[in-house]
Amino acid sequence: MTKQEPATALRPQRKMRDGINVAKVSLAHGGGGKAMRDLIDDVFISVFDNPSLAPLEDQARFALSDLMRHGDRLAFTSDSFVIDPLEFPGGDIGKLAVCGTVNDLAVGGAKPLYLSCSVIIEEGVEIALLRKIAHSMAKAAAAAGVAIVTGDTKVVTKGACDKLFINTAGIGIIGEGLDLGVHRAEPGDAILVNGALGDHGAAILAARGDLRLTSSIESDCAPVNGLIDRLIEACPNVKFIRDATRGGIASVLNELAEASAVGIEIAECATPLRVEVKGLCEILGLDPLYLANEGKIVAVVPGAQAESARAAMAEHPLGEGAAIIGHVTHGPAGRVVMRTHFGGKRIVDMLVGEQLPRIC
Amino acid sequence: MCLGIPGRITAISDSMRRLAIVDVGGVKREVNIACIIGERSIDECLGDWVLIHVGFAMSVIDEAQAAETLRLLVELGEAQQELSAMRGSGKT
Amino acid sequence: MQYIDEFRDPGKAAALVAAINDTVKKLAIDRDRPLHIMEVCGGHTHAIFRYGIANMLPPEIEFVHGPGCPVCVLPMGRVDDCIAIAETPSVIFTTFGDAMRVPGSKKSLLQAKADGADIRMVYSPLDALELARKNPDREVVFFGLGFETTMPSTALTVLQAEAEGTYNFSLFCNHITIPATLRAILDEPDLRLDGFLGPGHVSMVIGTKIYDFIPADYKRPLVVSGFEPLDVLHSVWRVVQQIAEGRAEVENQYGRVVPRDGNPAALAAIEKVFEDREFFEWRGLGSIERSGVRMRNVYARFDAERKFATPSLKVADPLDCQCGEVLKGILKPRQCRVFGKACTPQTPLGALMVSSEGACAAYYQYGDLEGLRCQSAADAA
Repeated sequence: MTKQEPATALRPQRKMRDGINVAKVSLAHGGGGKAMRDLIDDVFISVFDNPSLAPLEDQARFALSDLMRHGDRLAFTSDSFVIDPLEFPGGDIGKLAVCGTVNDLAVGGAKPLYLSCSVIIEEGVEIALLRKIAHSMAKAAAAAGVAIVTGDTKVVTKGACDKLFINTAGIGIIGEGLDLGVHRAEPGDAILVNGALGDHGAAILAARGDLRLTSSIESDCAPVNGLIDRLIEACPNVKFIRDATRGGIASVLNELAEASAVGIEIAECATPLRVEVKGLCEILGLDPLYLANEGKIVAVVPGAQAESARAAMAEHPLGEGAAIIGHVTHGPAGRVVMRTHFGGKRIVDMLVGEQLPRIC
Repeated sequence: MCLGIPGRITAISDSMRRLAIVDVGGVKREVNIACIIGERSIDECLGDWVLIHVGFAMSVIDEAQAAETLRLLVELGEAQQELSAMRGSGKT
Repeated sequence: MQYIDEFRDPGKAAALVAAINDTVKKLAIDRDRPLHIMEVCGGHTHAIFRYGIANMLPPEIEFVHGPGCPVCVLPMGRVDDCIAIAETPSVIFTTFGDAMRVPGSKKSLLQAKADGADIRMVYSPLDALELARKNPDREVVFFGLGFETTMPSTALTVLQAEAEGTYNFSLFCNHITIPATLRAILDEPDLRLDGFLGPGHVSMVIGTKIYDFIPADYKRPLVVSGFEPLDVLHSVWRVVQQIAEGRAEVENQYGRVVPRDGNPAALAAIEKVFEDREFFEWRGLGSIERSGVRMRNVYARFDAERKFATPSLKVADPLDCQCGEVLKGILKPRQCRVFGKACTPQTPLGALMVSSEGACAAYYQYGDLEGLRCQSAADAA
């Protein structure tokens, strides 16, 4: 019996019964009985279908020897997704849940392998919407080369959660010798990003509807493990990679400067921005450095390798617009400074609270 | 109360309520243009560049004045260059 | 982006800075007594910090950050009034984003929202009116904050509500006016100002004639300025030129947007809907005569002040708060005794730290690079 297909031959595939024939999720679907089984099978399992999931035990099992073919350390991460609206231009909560966890593994240098998917569903949510989201997750998992192998489903009463919450946890394996860390930046290192900043945050703001802005901005939500593989291949001495999610690149840069006890200087004219995102920021008085990204990384490489790192990323579809945005300096530790396009200098501080649109 | 942004009127969406669509770098928003119509018909406002603040167009941007301001700055730049050149050659 | 990028062109900045430096040298200013130029408007304060303009100018020029930030001067008592209205059953309370974090005596609007009040952020009063149309069984109140720039917008929205008969909409009017504030500042004995950067967007509504009293009565130059960094530098240069030439005039640097006589339609709407209040409370500045407006009787059914009961209390600032002195330009933010200590963006004591273009928040967020400069010089010594 091969190790790749864990004993599916010995255990009969669980027969899916009638499938779901109601339009909305009810508490019965969380009761543990037939209705719940049908929900899980029809909406999730049939769509995530893969050999590790198929046995449908309470846990997914993996031979350690298989895992160790990829490297010498296990990486393990978890993230919960509560985004509103559930669907937005460029993706939905499902795609986000898969990509977010894949990326958290990848930025640590790990090859992402397996994800869990636990959902908490508010009663009354449309089954059709759930199917759509499950399909998004399956598609994103396939694109990232990962499998969703275990999970959980709960249904709660109206008001107990906001439509749908998803938690994904993930495991991956880090190759030997790779040591990425937030404390590793040194003066002279170059700081890179893989493309235009703020798309996700801007898309969500526009999609929320209460600001009544129309735009074609789409979330940049994507799995960046392939891009990171390319980067590490071209630049094995890469020191640090992090995805710039909530709080934008400003937050990542501040965390980096603090942990490595270095200064950072970036150039505004080097930070790539779509015109529409710039337009939205101008209308609302927002700073794009603080807008969330879901497919953008900040990478620190030795100064001499900056250009080859940038070129390697630029060759990848998710690295269009890759740019060197600044350098690590001897400046005051923990301080991030930006040379403005205009020629002045200003500090880029940590965000406090949420950025709110302003009238002034 | 100062945040005003230039945008271009690309469509009239509701003549009766004096509403138009304004485009700012590709992002569109419905804006009340009652303050800038003046004596014109609302359709004549199409294509205007306006200053918008909280969903209202408050001024039509005067292209000639904008160009004039920039021209003054260019002139200033040239004058400064001459000055530095003169200083550099020890004439002042 | 047109009309933005050209006015952010770094190439032209260098020439302006050089010109300013030359003029300042000619004036032979004592560095211990630099020129004090007040930028009245919060938007200018924001621009100065965002583009790092203060650090491009010679040390002989110092910006004094004025009180033209309507969020910053909002008294705590008014925030309490907002919350009282918002907590009234069936009310949807709508507001601009920056007002949501201002602390009242017990909480801010953001905290009241977390506590269950239906408080919603909108970009425009028109969006509040739309909410009223869509929710005929609810009372929608719009928090009308801002100077003359924003008054036409709320006035026109009230007029629209009247025209279409949307009676479940009302305005909580907290609009304040610039000219009275300027006079109060200029009459302040502790303040020494050499010139003003005038508020560009207030002026596109009210025109520039209204500032004539400043050169006439106080012999100070005022240059109405745009908000892009080139505009600000250009205006600083024109102020410094006036000082060098012994002139005191009102100049309009923002001619592409600001007409001398203002906007007639906007002024007409303001006149129709609003009337002067005898006096209005400003946080940190106290009561200023004829510095605010209220809604006229004829629009009573759209006036939240009449429709709702509010505590209407005068709430004193926290004892340690020195917002008043910073607002008047007497103190720099870092000179306030609680700046960066008890008062931070996370735990703001006063509105200057809460609002994103409050001088204190700007200093804190964008960094007091000047202070940094002095610090690194001191460290190196």
